Amino acid sequence: MPGTPAHSTATETHVITTSGLTKVYHPHGSRGGAPGTRTPQEIVALDGVDLHVREGEVYGVIGQSGAGKSSLIRCVNLLERPTSGTVTVDGRDLTALAGRGARAGRELRRARSRIGMVFQHFNLLSSRTVQANVELPLEILGLSGKERSRKALELLDLVGLGDRAKAYPAQLSGGQKQRVGIARALAGDPKVLLSDEATSALDPDTTRSILRLLRDLNQQLGLTVLLITHEMDVVKSVCDSAALMERGRIVESGTVSELLATPGSRLAGALFPVGGRATGEDRTVVDVTFHGDAATRPVISELARTYNIDISILGAAMDTVAGRQVGRMRIELPGRYEDNVVPVGFLREQGLGVDVVGVADDAPAAGAQTSPLVKEGAK
Amino acid sequence: MTWSEMRPLLSQASWDTLYMVGWSTVIAVVVGLPLGVLLVLTDRGGLLRNLLANKVIGQVVNVARSMPFIILMVALMSFTRWVTGTTIGREAAIVPLAIGAIPFYARLVEMSVREVDGGLVEAVQSMGGSTWKTVRSVLVPEALPSLISGATTTVIALIGYSAMAGTVGAGGLGDIAIRYGYQRFESGIMWITVAILAVVISLLQFAGDFAARSLHRRGAGSGRLLLFRPLGRPRTVPAAAGPAGVPAPAEAPAVTDAVHKG
Repeated sequence: MPGTPAHSTATETHVITTSGLTKVYHPHGSRGGAPGTRTPQEIVALDGVDLHVREGEVYGVIGQSGAGKSSLIRCVNLLERPTSGTVTVDGRDLTALAGRGARAGRELRRARSRIGMVFQHFNLLSSRTVQANVELPLEILGLSGKERSRKALELLDLVGLGDRAKAYPAQLSGGQKQRVGIARALAGDPKVLLSDEATSALDPDTTRSILRLLRDLNQQLGLTVLLITHEMDVVKSVCDSAALMERGRIVESGTVSELLATPGSRLAGALFPVGGRATGEDRTVVDVTFHGDAATRPVISELARTYNIDISILGAAMDTVAGRQVGRMRIELPGRYEDNVVPVGFLREQGLGVDVVGVADDAPAAGAQTSPLVKEGAK
Repeated sequence: MTWSEMRPLLSQASWDTLYMVGWSTVIAVVVGLPLGVLLVLTDRGGLLRNLLANKVIGQVVNVARSMPFIILMVALMSFTRWVTGTTIGREAAIVPLAIGAIPFYARLVEMSVREVDGGLVEAVQSMGGSTWKTVRSVLVPEALPSLISGATTTVIALIGYSAMAGTVGAGGLGDIAIRYGYQRFESGIMWITVAILAVVISLLQFAGDFAARSLHRRGAGSGRLLLFRPLGRPRTVPAAAGPAGVPAPAEAPAVTDAVHKG
């Protein structure tokens, strides 16, 4: 189910908001110096991150390792204390709850129990059975033994592991372990699920099944999911919105169709990579971006009929979601750009994003500057 | 010295050793375990980060560990008298034995607990678990096999220490070996004591290893378990339970066969 998901449960309420979130690491535990001055050894993991995750959406934060994604997701439930800035989850300012001490107080712990988290390496207790692992957060919430086992079995059924309750984690496959991890994260009836590279240790097939599960949970339970990943495919297959992180900052963010509507968006380019070069000298190459409400009609064939021109499609990354075309297409029109002003204008009138690929810029890929992400997305 | 003369001596000595080592092990575990856990918790990156407390506990442990047992026994005499009312006999020997073993076991506990994956601690933190809950549900149960191995090592070290307990008139197998074997040249009884000690230590080591291993192997589908599998009920085929639906490996050769025939 790639592309913009059809039945997005997203509403306009923000359920996770970070503002001006900054995290500076002091190596060797040094905390000297006046505030504001930074010694060269300090590492700025987060540099003023403003994140807005709407209720009921799947929000993906993508970036290469070292971009600060991990710090960001850990700051959301305050596993790591931000150096400055605020984190609000479901209307509660967690940074205010945290207090000043390094230890998590009762208030913060209670807030955390309503935020589920799944981990790259699953983090299941090897000393407990699958069921007992799922019961752990319920113990923390103080449920009775009978309640715990009822709820744990219910959750295991939900993730499709009802028959493995008595197994130990070591007896499960990676995908099954992550399902247990998800069941455990759901035990506190969270509104928000944080996913820290949950599929990065899994093979492609298993990744797909876990992402499908996350998407199902998002739709069935109205669960808001904030996930971080370095795989463009993950964003492509489940996310309603995405943000690109680089060196501790969010450099681009928005819903998938907003990103597509943004000219020159690197995320959109990476999500919907197009390639192909002009077949001859007298050709105009145009990148057409389909997004939003306009993309409901067969525009390309209308163009061909209206202007009686032959159009070749050089490359396309398209999906049809709920009867709407979403994605990008690289087409070639006969003649130089000067001859094609009218057809290009026609495309613009249809509400499509149109980028004329420069004559000089006949590089094979859409944009060499986005190479790592493009490669990732093109896989 | 005949066997009938030796027997009451040896049985009394074995009982004394068991008594001293048993009690001091219990005390060492009861005090050493929390101490070892505290050493981890108060360290850098720990849940109760407190470097001063960490340094103080660490230093006390180091000093106590570097003390030769015989000196510790003498140095602790007034403390022993305060606790047990006497400085001679089995009870008096338990005090220095336990105090010698506490830091020893605490260090072993510290090592074991450090081995526990930090991700598990993080997971419990993310669920809103308290520090105490983390210790109880993660640190101790996950380190348990290694904690048991550590306790085994401690018991065996204590049996060694207890040989010196004879100097305060506490008896025990070591005392017999020194008094009869060394001072009276009764090599027969000495070798018998050595044999008893060897058997006891081997048994303890075996039992400790067995307990640690059977806990460690919980659910691990290792080759050794495979050995016993035909005796138990048949296990479900993992592929059928897997969500990924790994195709049966038998399919692949069949396909290539068909291609060759075609």
